[in-house]
Amino acid sequence: MAKVLLFGRLRDVAGWRERLYEPAPPTLAALKALIVADRLDLAAALEAPGVQAAVNRVLVRGDCALGDGAEVAFMPAMSGG
Amino acid sequence: MIALADRPFDPGAELNRFCQGRAATGAVASFVGIARGEAGQDAPLELQAYPGFTEAEIGKIAREATGRFALQDVAIVHRVGRIAAGEAIVLVLTAAAHRREAFEACDYLMDYLKTRAPLWKKEYGPAGARWVEPTARDLADVGRWGAAQGDDPP
Repeated sequence: MAKVLLFGRLRDVAGWRERLYEPAPPTLAALKALIVADRLDLAAALEAPGVQAAVNRVLVRGDCALGDGAEVAFMPAMSGG
Repeated sequence: MIALADRPFDPGAELNRFCQGRAATGAVASFVGIARGEAGQDAPLELQAYPGFTEAEIGKIAREATGRFALQDVAIVHRVGRIAAGEAIVLVLTAAAHRREAFEACDYLMDYLKTRAPLWKKEYGPAGARWVEPTARDLADVGRWGAAQGDDPP
């Protein structure tokens, strides 16, 4: 199982904030492909400049393997303050 | 102390608490960001965080600032959720032996929070809602501090 969390505009585009994928796909890229299947708008939003991914609360670049129980967050450009 | 607050907080009370028992501190600097209501918007902002991750990432930069500016202490309180006009969004407090370090660390931490802290801000205006991204000015501001700040820009 992999838990996916979306933030900011990604949440609005997808229409959800948290989803479970069972079983966990083997890689981050495979998970992404699953998330955006039939969702061109979400695919574009996930590939937008500034979008970062964190796996188990660690920022990752490029692809990586996912273990069972992974928590994957997709985060658009950040701005607080 | 790094905290996310899901309801209004009192920056003055936090500042008073922070200043207690500081016989060895020469300077405390503070910054308060306040939600600006435009065109009659009474709840102009919504802030999202990634609970746990957001505090941990802000904590990393607070530790970096502590080393860089020889701080004695740092406190950051950031609101999340829907924020009304006039309410505090963010409070940054820095304690150092001398004022320059306290001021600069406060400035540094705010530049970071504006551009790289895991927070997402939606503005509600007369023309509807929009997600805020760092402006060119925000990026130029954070660039003043060199490459040492946190991870690489996305």
